[in-house]
Amino acid sequence: MSFNVERGETFGLLGPNGAGKTTTIKMLITLLLPTSGSASVLGLDVVTDVREVRRRIGYVFGGDRGLYDRLSGLDNLRYFAELYGVEPREQRRRIGALLELVGMTGREGERVEGYSRGMRQRLHIARGLLHDPDVVFLDEPSIGIDPVGARELRATIASLKDQGKTVLLTTHYMFEADELSDRIAVIRAGEIVAEGTPAELKRRVAIGRVLEVETYGVPEPVVSALAELSAVRSVAVEERDQFQVLVLQCDADSDVTQEVLARLSGVRVGRVGVREPTLEDAYVQLVTA
Amino acid sequence: MRDRLRQLWLCYRLQLKILLISPFEGFLGIVFPLMFATATLMVYAVNGDEAAMAYAGLGAAVMGVWTSVTVSASTLLNRERFAGTLELLVAAPTPFSMVLMPITTAMATVGLVSVGITLVWNRLVFGVQLQIQNWLLFVLSVLAATVTIAMFGFLLSVVAVRYRTAWALGASLEYPGWLLCGFVVPIALLPVVLHPISYALAPTWAVEAMRIAAAGGNPWNELTVCLALGLGYAAFAAFLGVRLIDSARRNATLALT
Repeated sequence: MSFNVERGETFGLLGPNGAGKTTTIKMLITLLLPTSGSASVLGLDVVTDVREVRRRIGYVFGGDRGLYDRLSGLDNLRYFAELYGVEPREQRRRIGALLELVGMTGREGERVEGYSRGMRQRLHIARGLLHDPDVVFLDEPSIGIDPVGARELRATIASLKDQGKTVLLTTHYMFEADELSDRIAVIRAGEIVAEGTPAELKRRVAIGRVLEVETYGVPEPVVSALAELSAVRSVAVEERDQFQVLVLQCDADSDVTQEVLARLSGVRVGRVGVREPTLEDAYVQLVTA
Repeated sequence: MRDRLRQLWLCYRLQLKILLISPFEGFLGIVFPLMFATATLMVYAVNGDEAAMAYAGLGAAVMGVWTSVTVSASTLLNRERFAGTLELLVAAPTPFSMVLMPITTAMATVGLVSVGITLVWNRLVFGVQLQIQNWLLFVLSVLAATVTIAMFGFLLSVVAVRYRTAWALGASLEYPGWLLCGFVVPIALLPVVLHPISYALAPTWAVEAMRIAAAGGNPWNELTVCLALGLGYAAFAAFLGVRLIDSARRNATLALT
């Protein structure tokens, strides 16, 4: 794969599990050595200019791990500030500013083991920004965070752009990628299958329409039969609590509703609706095509 | 240079803080050495030889440092892996050896505390009198033992960067180390074929220096060899560390748990 990210841009990297998002990020942050090809960050080669690349990038990943639970949030930040070469005179001011940025002022003296997942994630962001990096890599930063925490986190990520940071973001949440990214690359099995602004990606499926059908216990052969309809480009099944939602990407000038319902004759059907495509539809089409 | 020393000091302090509030490390660092010292002195007490008891008492005290460092250091990087911090440590611009050294030194410090506690235990429970003729050189020898065992732990921990099951190495070295370093049995009693291994281990020289200092002799030769070996471990670990990290980056084994 080959892609460029402009300075000051927020670039989203989307793809299913195992597509190579994290591997790409880990190569760019010098944790993995590429087996072939080349990659550079800020014009520095990630294989030969390792130390300099590390000085100028920040890395934040999602989840509970990556912090010393027995230390306080403040001690964690002090520890990593030393390892990332933050000037001793700068440390106090920088840590204070970052705690403010991530909304953790007043909680920094508590041990990390008592933090909620959202607090840990905000502390991760602060840690990743300690040395004021030019480029920030965010690998699924909002994974497992509640909606309020995720919204706050998105606001923090958006503020990085205002500070002039270049951000490379991976996420499974399409609305997050849509809201934050200037451009997006969709990867599948280590290859870029689409690249562009969120609007451009949506337009790729905008010539079509999306039919959604709620079903209760739809069998796999029926789903396969629906995919064979001439006006249907793809069918995805989204599992909900008690039912499944069939998401059919259809040609724009087609009306396949009756045909679809006819093929679902033996299946209990709930609501049926037609809507405009979203980034998620574009993504599903790209990675399942 | 000043910044590097500051980094080493701060990282050492924070790592020590982590160890001191860990029930596991506390148990390993204090209770285990007492159990081992007790077992050793109970065996020696059968003959009622006071000189032999004093000999074993000193060695048993250093056994605690050896145990806590070899076991802890070899599992150190796997613990960092499980905590998800290993990749962050490797991705930092600070050389990895400068990240590891304060951690293993913090471990050895916990071991150092156990030396004092074990000596008091030996006195209170077994009546082993510590006759020290030259306290300054004795303390220096104990510190040399601590520092060089920390460097040995540093070497062990580096190997685990690449090989995840290297933690077993530390566990397997624990008991042979007691014998090979002459903590409780004079090296002269070991088969001659093992002597080169004993002499390549810095604690052998450190514990010998402790005994010489306690007897009022001149332990400088032993101390010099001990510190030279410790420096050798550190240099080899730093050399090996760069290569093993590159290998881990090539084989994608840093994050695996």
